[in-house]
Amino acid sequence: MSAGFYFGVEVFLNGLMTGVMYSLVALGFVLIFKASGVFNYAQGVMALFAALTLVGIQNGQIPFAHLINAIFGTHVYHFGWTVPALFAILLTAVVMVIFAILVEKLILKRLVNQEPIILFMATIGLAYFMEGFGDLMWGSDIKKLDVGIPQGGNLWIEENTAFLGGPDFLGIYIDSLDIVATIVAVFLVLTLVLFSQYTKTGRALRAVADDNQAALSVGISLRAIWVIVWSIAGFVALVAGIMWGAKSGVQFSLSLIALKALPVLMLGGFTSIPGAIIGGMIIGVGEKMFEFLIGAPFLGGATENWFAYMLALLFLVFRPQGLFGDKIIERV
Amino acid sequence: MLYRESGDFKTTYAKDNQTFPIKFDRVAYYLILAVAFLVVPFFINDYWANAILVPFLIFVIATLGLNVLTGYCGQLSLGTGGFMAVGAYSTYKLMTSFPDVSIVIHILLAGLITAAVGAVFGLPSLRIKGFYLAVSTLAAQFFLIWLFNRVPWFYNFSASGMIAAPERSVLGVNVTGPNVEAWAQYMICLVFVVASAWLVRNLTRGSIGREWMAIRDMDIAAEIIGVNPLKAKLSAFAVSSFLIGISGALLFTVYLGAAEAGEAFGILKSFLILFMVIIGGLGSILGSFAGAAFMVLMSVLVKNVLVGGFGWPTDLAAHFEYVIVGGLIIFFLIVEPHGLAQLWRLIKEKLRLWPFPH
Repeated sequence: MSAGFYFGVEVFLNGLMTGVMYSLVALGFVLIFKASGVFNYAQGVMALFAALTLVGIQNGQIPFAHLINAIFGTHVYHFGWTVPALFAILLTAVVMVIFAILVEKLILKRLVNQEPIILFMATIGLAYFMEGFGDLMWGSDIKKLDVGIPQGGNLWIEENTAFLGGPDFLGIYIDSLDIVATIVAVFLVLTLVLFSQYTKTGRALRAVADDNQAALSVGISLRAIWVIVWSIAGFVALVAGIMWGAKSGVQFSLSLIALKALPVLMLGGFTSIPGAIIGGMIIGVGEKMFEFLIGAPFLGGATENWFAYMLALLFLVFRPQGLFGDKIIERV
Repeated sequence: MLYRESGDFKTTYAKDNQTFPIKFDRVAYYLILAVAFLVVPFFINDYWANAILVPFLIFVIATLGLNVLTGYCGQLSLGTGGFMAVGAYSTYKLMTSFPDVSIVIHILLAGLITAAVGAVFGLPSLRIKGFYLAVSTLAAQFFLIWLFNRVPWFYNFSASGMIAAPERSVLGVNVTGPNVEAWAQYMICLVFVVASAWLVRNLTRGSIGREWMAIRDMDIAAEIIGVNPLKAKLSAFAVSSFLIGISGALLFTVYLGAAEAGEAFGILKSFLILFMVIIGGLGSILGSFAGAAFMVLMSVLVKNVLVGGFGWPTDLAAHFEYVIVGGLIIFFLIVEPHGLAQLWRLIKEKLRLWPFPH
């Protein structure tokens, strides 16, 4: 086998790993869409906000420091302590729960029974709001996120695959962070599936997803369920934020990963948790392989921006509900 | 009396079908047109044209276009920015290839090209519905922007990758280029706005508009009563893209002068236009005007108050602007999910009964 083939394998594997990273964001979308029919555009910004909060708490930043300084002319930035990673993650999770409660109280409660497009626009408004709010609270500079996840190429894999190719082949390069992300994603999906199958709350969630009026009539509190779902989506956003933040630094562009998660959703179906993972892998592999084989050599590169959408569109023409989505049954 | 139907007898079918059945509305409409055409051009200055009126008029055209698709035909689209880019780049190519032809013809042709592109990207709508369709229109958005960034032919191989509008005139008055007067910019946009509003109003009350609305309300039922979904959906995509293309062409030639695809026509533009449609009111022409005015004025106001009023650093003000814009959008959706047009409808109801509401 030639080295070119193994470069292809490397691209394939890296695509798989990138796909998993997309899936982490897509998972949050699926959870909220299933439970409340809200297409939550703010999921990407939630990941950014969670990551910003985590870094802020870890480094002991004073919230709204820039605002306070601008108004009162002071120069305060830090409390002067640092918080251990695990504790900071827990605190951030608490912040995400508070966020979920606020969203339910201030937005969802007041928009019950509105058309889906109105709710969708409200989440875009929420995305704008949180983007500005997160930057106001923690500052907009690029931050380094370090919670002790190993990073850089995995030497063990490189050494053990180097013999496959020719003398100029140095082994398959896979980022350790991506491997951790994959393990975390698998763990997350298993937990979510087990949670929704075997706990009382999980059963209530599924009931609401199935038919919220029927769920309401058997005594399930919709509002409590919404808070729970948005909290879980907040945790998923936190995980996604940690992974992406560790990979590329916590910065504004993190909120744009939501746009990469959308084709994943289309492909996997808006209502399927396993679909989000498998869709993510197909998209990740598809766009990396296309860029490697066709995009970079023939089309001038940067095809990753749109190829995922085209691929998803192609799948959708044959299966309008995505690969794993619930079948759309239409009645007059 | 102030706002009454009584005493306004309709003696012909034409009168019965007129756009403004109430005399007060008719008078107000002609008054506004007269002010817009005969008064404003003499008092307009550079600040008013550049900060408020010209962007407002240009966005009205795009909002009308998206309203045809989303408000009247019920197909959610997030590819508006991409279609505006098609309009801008085709005008640019036409302007540089045929310098002797009038720019008005170029803009109209660009609209037609955009309509064709829009119809092609509308094809999946026959199979894909709802949010799946919305996300798939993002394919158009990203693909088109990528195309205009990567294929040098579109920007005439210029080194910067930008397109710049050459100087053109209509009836001997410059409308593009550096030596353009504020009133000329305003007038050409106004003419296009009035024409588009007239077009949309008359399309939506004709048979094709009824087909769109039937598809929006329930597509299967519409199909059963004999509406051809292929024709209805694709015509909605084409008309919508035509207007959006014109808007993109005007935005590039008259307002910006020079543009770069990713920056001027990115996904944020798509969201901006969608906000205008939703805040103004889905399926309403007056709403398109109100929504565009609201978004343009709000951003000007927020900028002026925060930077000018409080003297905050600009980056802080920019973040605050996001917070305020996002917050206001949510607030408006909660207070009036059917948009400003619904508010106007309520006011009209009240006016009819005033001053004896019981």
